[in-house]
Amino acid sequence: MTDLSPTPDAPEVLPESAVAPPDHTAGVEGRPEPHKAGMVCFLVSEAAFFSTLIMAYVIFLRHGSAGPTPAEALSLPLVLGNTACLLLSSVTVHLAERSLRKGNVGTFRLLWAATILLGVLFLVGTAVEWRGLIRDHGLTIGVNLFGTTYYTLVGFHAFHVTLGVLSLTAVLGVSARGLLPGTAPLPVTLVGWYWHFVDIVWVVVFLVVYVLGR
Amino acid sequence: MATAEAEPAAAPAAATRPPWTATLHGWVVTVDHKKLGILYVLMAVGFILVAGAAALMMRLQLWAPNLALLPPTTFNQFFTLHGTTMVFFVGMPLLIGIANFAVPLMIGARDMAFPRLNAFGFWATLFGGLLVYFSMVVPGGPPAVGWFAYAPLTENSFARGPGVDCWALGLIVSGFGTTTAAINFAVTTLSLRCPGMTLRKVPFFVWVMFWTSVQILVVMPPLTAALVMLEFDRQLGAHFFDTQAGGSAYLWQHLFWFFGHPEVYILVLPAFGMISEVVPVFSRKVLFGYEFMAAATAAIAFISLGVWAHHMFAVGMSRALDLFFAAASMLVSIPTGIKLFNWLATVYGGKLVLKSPMLFALGFLSMFVIGGLTGIILACAPVDLQVTDTYFVVGHFHWVLIGGTVFGIFSAIHYWYPKATGRMLSERLAKWQFWLLFLGFILTFAPMHVAGILGMPRRIYTYGPGRGWELWNQLATLGALLQAPSYLLFAYNIVASLWKGKPAGDDPWDAWTLEWATPSPPPAYNFAVVPTVRSRRPLWDLKHPDDPDWKYE
Repeated sequence: MTDLSPTPDAPEVLPESAVAPPDHTAGVEGRPEPHKAGMVCFLVSEAAFFSTLIMAYVIFLRHGSAGPTPAEALSLPLVLGNTACLLLSSVTVHLAERSLRKGNVGTFRLLWAATILLGVLFLVGTAVEWRGLIRDHGLTIGVNLFGTTYYTLVGFHAFHVTLGVLSLTAVLGVSARGLLPGTAPLPVTLVGWYWHFVDIVWVVVFLVVYVLGR
Repeated sequence: MATAEAEPAAAPAAATRPPWTATLHGWVVTVDHKKLGILYVLMAVGFILVAGAAALMMRLQLWAPNLALLPPTTFNQFFTLHGTTMVFFVGMPLLIGIANFAVPLMIGARDMAFPRLNAFGFWATLFGGLLVYFSMVVPGGPPAVGWFAYAPLTENSFARGPGVDCWALGLIVSGFGTTTAAINFAVTTLSLRCPGMTLRKVPFFVWVMFWTSVQILVVMPPLTAALVMLEFDRQLGAHFFDTQAGGSAYLWQHLFWFFGHPEVYILVLPAFGMISEVVPVFSRKVLFGYEFMAAATAAIAFISLGVWAHHMFAVGMSRALDLFFAAASMLVSIPTGIKLFNWLATVYGGKLVLKSPMLFALGFLSMFVIGGLTGIILACAPVDLQVTDTYFVVGHFHWVLIGGTVFGIFSAIHYWYPKATGRMLSERLAKWQFWLLFLGFILTFAPMHVAGILGMPRRIYTYGPGRGWELWNQLATLGALLQAPSYLLFAYNIVASLWKGKPAGDDPWDAWTLEWATPSPPPAYNFAVVPTVRSRRPLWDLKHPDDPDWKYE
């Protein structure tokens, strides 16, 4: 029967006398930090997810059917502003991390808050853009293949930006309560990586949707 | 520890076992990799009985021409649920569950890298499965679209009830669970190996699970994306796979098989790893050609990402694509062949111990080859065009999935059950189980190849007389009836042996990897002292200090 008691009696295993001397060339100390490795794996799976959506967008590009085309509906000025917000936020999040490493907590919080603000601005910009697309061009997800693929791709990216903004805010809250120890705490690093990733995805989406595909 | 020891002393001996509610609570909230592993396996055993019963009913329906045991729609729903369940809620949970139990122990770790995420993975898989089965009670019943759910059959115009939605959402939910499990395995392997265990010294099963995880990370999200597109089509009126509005049924096939073919390797690579643990121990030799085996594993993981469209020859792609995917598919047979010869070389000249784990391992070695050979036949585009969507294909992939994956899994469960429970499984029942399965499996699936060559299409609920298919269908149904008791024997054996089994001791097989250095069952903390290893067989070094492996590796 499986023993369910919390700590069953167990003899010590591998008595120290029997254990071979450690191979100092590969101690556990030298291994990747688990949370960082986990974040990299997670981002790999995210990349696979977005690749699929981008592929679908490209495949259906110029598959002419009724309704607005990318060239008719998409306008650059607004989206360039959005892109600038997101690119700038990558810079601020990087600088925020650097100032924290230098022990400058005040600057860190300021830059981190600026990152959140830029993320929110991007989301507001996307909302304005979508409002225009729906109202002025009648482009919805069901109108044609362009609407189908566009809203799915850009929408999933915006969803990830939203998650990023929430994570950034959580980190800021924890920091404001003074609960972020050290000069390079893991949450800052990991949320930073996630934010950079969302940014890189946007660069690709921008190039595919607004530059090459228009 | 001290308080835990004091408690039993205070209570009478009969009351030392906690009440069943506390036990249940302990299992529900557990984040222990060993308990989660066992939960995965139990869940899969439950699902295998359900999906197996569906298979049995389908075989009875096909016993003779024009039988009316199952109505056509029910038949379609049965094969959809059977395929989906066996792939997502039996195959993967069994492999992930066994690995969950074994991997941290084999690398001398306290637990998986992210224990709570690990628990999430299990519950997401279970509830994903339940969500798929929830389709039984929705209007219109379960989906009747096949496990690869080709568009536009899944679109609103053809599948009006919410059955397909239950199916898609269930797979999305369980897909999250599988992805988190993959993240956990990859990180556990990379970061938590005990001191001295370089990547070149990990037990082979661990190495294989690492590459399986890499595959899951790359191919599971595209399936999620495809399922999301399908749900957007059905719920929001998008047109991804809606052919009437310019959508593409062809895109679904590409997206599904980009997941679906690597999935085959996700299902069989871990079985390769299990066999690579069992065969050396029961041949009393080290694994032959560890480095070649390791490289072959990575090669399979990479090549299998580029072969998916061999499922689509009949679509009418282009000649260039047909050639590419046929050639790439045949390329996989090279690393697979390397593995096979290495296992044979491990067995060769060994002192074979024919206990149940080895029996299943030998079953794997003999049967998987045959499934691989029909695989090469199917990789030839011209042959595939003749037998595509016939029972030849059904025979082929069941041969690989049962002859490969299931035999590997049974080998692993018989190997590690003593470690997980502290009891031995009954060898007598295990031998009955093996021979019933082995003979029943051959009798079920070999005739299907013939029926397929004779032109019998898959997924038909019945057939007319006089086509020469009767005999082959009757043989297959007899085989299914022969197989069925073997699964029941297995279920009985794993339950009854908890009480009746002989005490196992720490190391019943005289094995060489770290899990056998822990008590059976292992304590929650696994290792009281973090082990340090110097070779691939740390327990051999411990048992033979005069002749340790690390002097030769």
